[in-house]
Amino acid sequence: MSDHHQPLPVDRKLITPGVCVMLALVVIGASVAAYRFIFGLSSTTNLDQQHPWGLWIAFDVATGVALAAGGFTTSALAHIFHREHYHAVVRPALLTAMLGYTFVAIGLLADLGRYYNIWHPLWPTMWSPNSALFEVGICVTCYLTVLYLEFAPIVCERLMGDKFFAPIGSFLKAANAWLDKIMFLLIIAGVVLSCAHQSSLGNLMVIAPSKVHPLWWTPILTIMFLLSAIAVGFPMVIFESMFASWALKLKPEMEILSALAKYIPVLLGIYLGFKIGDMAIRGSYVYLVEGSVQSTMFIIEMLFGVIAPFVMLLSPEVRNSPKWLFIAALMIVLGVTLNRINVFLIGYQPLYPVKSYFPSIGEFAVSIGLVSLLMFIYRTIVTFFPVITHPGKARAK
Amino acid sequence: MAVSRRDFLKNLAAVGVGSTAAGGATKSALASEGPHVSENLMGVLVDSTKCIGCRRCEFACQEAAGFSPPPVEDFEDKSVFVEARRPYPRSHTVINEYANPATPEAPIYNKFNCLHCIDPACMSACIVSAFSKREDGPVVYEPNRCMGCRYCMVACPFEIPSYDYDMPLTPQVRKCNMCAHLVPDHQAVPACVKICPAEVMTYGKRSDLLKLAHEKIRNEPDTYVDHVYGEHEAGGTSWLWLSSIPPKDVGFRQFDTTAPPRLTEKIQHAEFKFFLPPMMWFGLLGAAMWLSKPEEEDPEPDSEC
Repeated sequence: MSDHHQPLPVDRKLITPGVCVMLALVVIGASVAAYRFIFGLSSTTNLDQQHPWGLWIAFDVATGVALAAGGFTTSALAHIFHREHYHAVVRPALLTAMLGYTFVAIGLLADLGRYYNIWHPLWPTMWSPNSALFEVGICVTCYLTVLYLEFAPIVCERLMGDKFFAPIGSFLKAANAWLDKIMFLLIIAGVVLSCAHQSSLGNLMVIAPSKVHPLWWTPILTIMFLLSAIAVGFPMVIFESMFASWALKLKPEMEILSALAKYIPVLLGIYLGFKIGDMAIRGSYVYLVEGSVQSTMFIIEMLFGVIAPFVMLLSPEVRNSPKWLFIAALMIVLGVTLNRINVFLIGYQPLYPVKSYFPSIGEFAVSIGLVSLLMFIYRTIVTFFPVITHPGKARAK
Repeated sequence: MAVSRRDFLKNLAAVGVGSTAAGGATKSALASEGPHVSENLMGVLVDSTKCIGCRRCEFACQEAAGFSPPPVEDFEDKSVFVEARRPYPRSHTVINEYANPATPEAPIYNKFNCLHCIDPACMSACIVSAFSKREDGPVVYEPNRCMGCRYCMVACPFEIPSYDYDMPLTPQVRKCNMCAHLVPDHQAVPACVKICPAEVMTYGKRSDLLKLAHEKIRNEPDTYVDHVYGEHEAGGTSWLWLSSIPPKDVGFRQFDTTAPPRLTEKIQHAEFKFFLPPMMWFGLLGAAMWLSKPEEEDPEPDSEC
């Protein structure tokens, strides 16, 4: 860790009016979830026999995984390609990824009919290597373990200086030293596991060519999901970092974020190139003028989620302006969110539809509750552990 | 900074080339062909031209599945035909009514249930191997393995599996299992075939049924359209259908002849064959990490980017 950027616990009050609103949303979401566990999925969701997957899979799981991509993209940049300049954003991104994946698992529990069997995919007699979902499950489990290990030194670092934990001080020290030794392996494993499951998540829908709208269904959905996850990594880090700075009343790390934004047009451009190429080869552009909900959503996704921010971020003025950088990053984050929702919900057209699916209030409540809880835990952790680098204080050191 | 952008790109390119090579090397090792089925694969031929819409098969199905159905007379209620129904948790087969363009006063009935694919997408998709294709035909489900993710419902090209959304603790995926649970060790005549008063269904070896179906088409070209539904659909199914009007007019939607798992498993295995590609990635990223390592400590932030 370079010495001029020292992450420190954030010196802010934990409970503010905004945090109270967040906690209220958590309580509402938790109540709905409790209702679901007592009375079953039909009591709280609008899922039906033709729509087996709804908001909880499309948003909590698929979008959650995509938006947690900041973790492996920044760790690859800073640790594998040694762009030491970006160390300051690695810890917050790591924390987001760790919490993001944890909440993917929690969100999944609400959706699974037999949630108590969630461990089954890990049991060797039930392994099913032909299933894309199996691959996602295994890689996410491994990656979650890697993320906790990657985060462990931050916990050790904090607790080692604490009098209360002095009795286990030597253990913490040893653990920290050991983790430091294997950290490079964990970092590479994290990147490999991420690439693997991000792409397999795209493979999920490849098995349903007759149900997913041709604007999205392509045999290379794997590549699309991987490229879009890589492209959304830095924008998500920028969005979060600026959002956290605003919420915690810190100065945004513009120097680092603007530099980071330089990579985005390259990564987003590769994704856009694949999208256009795939469309040209499969001839799916004929559906653009279909005038359906699907074609409209596709155009919105591509125009506002990919093309516009791509053009915007080519300009140094946008990259150096806190406001415009935030807007461009947010557009990409929303664009990838919309992409996942499009692939799993809007583009999913049952063969025998009875009615169309729109998430119930209960489904929204649980998803909103999960996001609120995630943000609350993030805030709690940065208050007590050295995660965020304060530009002001770092300079003073 | 000791590492220039050119080095960064060079490393990135190395990773890309390496992974392409990894993909190429494993391509030849792909030989995923779906489950093994025996010569004696059993199936059912449904001659929908004979169906009278009495729905006795629905009664027999509910009874065989252990759902204690209402009295058989209740199934004579034809008002259910106002809408095209789908198999649902309490009834793994349903009969629907379709307009007959030749003689409007005699509607056409068609039976729906699991087609028991030769290469089932549900089985390939399932994360815990809860589905299996028995050598003799049925695609069967083990609820105790299931974790209820419902990916099978997404994957099924015929949209057959249904789910107990109303059960909080032990919901199951529900679908026809060709009555495999009644005689566990070998395939027996399914309950719907047994009860049918119009002899719509013929139970037998799939290869014999195909011969029979094509013979019927040959002998009565005016009665049947020349399409045995299920012969090739989704890679072929154990159940086969004959009808007097095109399959699309009697509620069939799936006409793709490749089994969906052939594509997904190919992609899946290309990514993971023998764990070679992930190991390759691991090695390449390790190399990139080592090569791009700054030679000496440089406290200056990289002004270049």
